[in-house]
Amino acid sequence: MERIQTITTGSLAQSVATGGCGECPTSCQSACKTSCGVINQPCEGQK
Amino acid sequence: MIHQYKLAGRNIVVDTSSGAIHQVDNLVFDAIARYEAKSSDGLATELAASYPEVAETEIVAVMEAIAGLQTAGQLFAPDAPYRALAGTAKRSGEVKALCLHVAHTCNLACDYCFAREGQYHGDRALMSFEVGKQALDFLLENSGDRRNLEVDFFGGEPLLNWAVVKALVAYGRSREAALNKRCRFTLTTNGMLLQEEMMEFLNREMETVVLSLDGRKEVHDRLRRTPAGAGSYDTVVPKFQELVRRRGGKGYYIRGTYTRRNLDFVEDILHMADLGFTELSLEPAVGPPGDLYAPGEADLPVIFAQYERLAAEMKARQGTDKAFRFYHYTIDLDRGPCVHKRLLGCGSGTEYLAVTPWGELFPCHQFVGEDAYSMGDVWQGVTNMAARDELAGLSVYNRPDCDDCWARLYCGGGCSANARHVSGSVRGVDPVGCAMFKKRLECAILLRAL
Repeated sequence: MERIQTITTGSLAQSVATGGCGECPTSCQSACKTSCGVINQPCEGQK
Repeated sequence: MIHQYKLAGRNIVVDTSSGAIHQVDNLVFDAIARYEAKSSDGLATELAASYPEVAETEIVAVMEAIAGLQTAGQLFAPDAPYRALAGTAKRSGEVKALCLHVAHTCNLACDYCFAREGQYHGDRALMSFEVGKQALDFLLENSGDRRNLEVDFFGGEPLLNWAVVKALVAYGRSREAALNKRCRFTLTTNGMLLQEEMMEFLNREMETVVLSLDGRKEVHDRLRRTPAGAGSYDTVVPKFQELVRRRGGKGYYIRGTYTRRNLDFVEDILHMADLGFTELSLEPAVGPPGDLYAPGEADLPVIFAQYERLAAEMKARQGTDKAFRFYHYTIDLDRGPCVHKRLLGCGSGTEYLAVTPWGELFPCHQFVGEDAYSMGDVWQGVTNMAARDELAGLSVYNRPDCDDCWARLYCGGGCSANARHVSGSVRGVDPVGCAMFKKRLECAILLRAL
């Protein structure tokens, strides 16, 4: 195998400037209601 | 911060601040682990000793590749910009989501229910249309520029107050367009009362329906019983299948709870899939330490093995007609939520509030009944500014237990209610919940790597 396979380059740093619209779903409101995390929420601005 | 782990024969490196994720071989895995603590020459010497079969030029190439990723912001990325942002970030005070407790009563008496037969340790009650209408007015008028609003019909069992559910949806629809809002209604149900007319309405109006099923019949019926003690599996499964069949691809989740009594819970997830459902969620029961049902620290090794098995099962089913999605493994590693969202977390008590049948506001459904977190009501709005400010000020950088956690930008600080119930403070954490979250995240990333 290649020694390094980048699965994703990530885009968090860019989202400092591009994010923050607040239109995304509320984390706990969807399927879970008990063990909340934010990573499952899609970004509304990128739909 | 870097998080490295080995799972299913893969070496994974997560660069938490950039969101970059790499799959690497053993040499690179070891090099990254020692990269920041060693001088370049010292590390090269160490690696040459550890990997005598690898040529010196290859080791130099590895070191250069790691340096290149660092330069590209995909390894050892700093989180200083996020810390600065968290220091200035404040919740706007706009409300964008309500959990409407339209029924503080239930037609099931599930042993593990945190709401205690839907009563939340209080009186049985149904929300009136007037209270619900005022709640929607409160949401519409306090949502500022936010266009997308969420309203979840919750309980207890919301179908016990069906006429009010329908009337509130109609009321929301009657106001949303003029205000340039979009109400996303959702409903969580145990399915006992589902019938034809309800299915048609739910499939037309609800963005998502959450259908409560714990998995195998014997598991479901052991705890999800009627007050008379009868199981509910045979009643609800055909209704859920019919509702989903008619749903036309709209969102739904089959959502169950696992407890210490079914720590082989992957069997329950697979059973849901065997019933024809594809959007699945199974959550651990929550409760204080020592709770009869909530998994504890001693259960973690078994639970971890289950989550690993689940990832393997899902991988094996990919591309087949038996494939399914598991809520916690459904993450967008390439984009996903922005850093603003990740810093501030779930928004309970600020942009997200729960409304009791009497119109009282709480930070979320899991706080209902806790007097210290009674936030106000739908007529006067949020008046408990001490609680609001406490919750509005939370970020992943001011929860002390999150200081050294690699997953904090993936969980957003976790569930404030669970944290309070376990640690006594919303700034605390639920260590068992954290451990499970991190394991699920590792498995979700692995699924992408496989």
